[in-house]
Amino acid sequence: MSTKRYVARSTAIAARALGEETMVMSATNSTLFTLNEVATVIWEAADGATPLEEIVANKICIEYDVTPEVAMKDAEALVAELAEHGLLLLSDQPIPQSKVVAA
Amino acid sequence: MPGVTPAPQRSDVVVEIGGLPIRLRSGDSAFIRLIQERYAGYTSSLKDASFDFDIELAPPGTESGDEDLRVTWNSGRWLMERGDFRAEWNPSTARGRIEQTINPYSLDSVLRIVHTLLLARKGGFLVHAASAIRNGRAFLFAGVSGAGKTTMARLAPPDAALLTDEISYVARQDGRYFALGTPFFGELARAGENLRAPIECVYLLAKGPENKIEPIAGADAVRGLLGNILFFARDPRFVKLVFNAAFDFVTRVPVRRLTFVPDSRVWELIV
Repeated sequence: MSTKRYVARSTAIAARALGEETMVMSATNSTLFTLNEVATVIWEAADGATPLEEIVANKICIEYDVTPEVAMKDAEALVAELAEHGLLLLSDQPIPQSKVVAA
Repeated sequence: MPGVTPAPQRSDVVVEIGGLPIRLRSGDSAFIRLIQERYAGYTSSLKDASFDFDIELAPPGTESGDEDLRVTWNSGRWLMERGDFRAEWNPSTARGRIEQTINPYSLDSVLRIVHTLLLARKGGFLVHAASAIRNGRAFLFAGVSGAGKTTMARLAPPDAALLTDEISYVARQDGRYFALGTPFFGELARAGENLRAPIECVYLLAKGPENKIEPIAGADAVRGLLGNILFFARDPRFVKLVFNAAFDFVTRVPVRRLTFVPDSRVWELIV
């Protein structure tokens, strides 16, 4: 049985939507990221309570022409990179709302 | 009178940049005169200032070679440190203290930092840009060192009022953005005119074989602007304020790329 992974937007960021993209800046080292449309969907759904697998299944695979395997692989790569820069929190347990910034 | 030592006489001067009067006080009247000369056009004799800084002068040669600037928030005070100065500022009491050797450059840095911190709370910022007023509107020319800021300033026609060739002051007021003159100069080595005007456009500078203007939209505009905004403090709240200030700015003011040949014809495009 696979372990569910939960993702949450870090509170140590500044983020603003721009059209269908989102710009995210790390408040700790000022690194700036631009998230494309699909990455923005994952970003906005990263509430700490919804497993990544559920986000991909319900938000990505339904809206975009992509297989679940490819979508999941891309999503994992994205959240790993954002987590590496401190923009997302990753956990195998639900993440308390106090650690999640509003979308 | 035996047993009584007179209090040391302290001189002061008020430096007003961006409409914000800051009183600088020192026991060395020669240094106050140096400040008056350095900030000519931006000094006043106001009795009331928004903030007061006491300057303590260290003997020459006591500065270290550490060029890394650290700006941190600690126990209700901003602490600013570099090899040539150490300063602290308490926004609540509106008082601060600067320790430095007798040179105008350390004070220049402290003033820039204080203004970035104050501006961020009001949606404004300092940006690496030359700026000038023409026909009642302000134009900014942003870029890193060598991009052409001073060149644009030198090429400005007589009807343009130069606000700075190095650090532009962007203030937000009632949802509009204004550029104000600053005494912060680059290679031009002279202060800008103490004027203000609504900002018409920000040009990101690039040198090239011909003069042309291209629009920059969305994320590229934010990224281009943020890359030139003075960013001293790594405090998370400050970073968020500056990010949001840049974002709000580009939703209201056009950001364009100005590729130019360094001769006066480039100003024919700036109208």
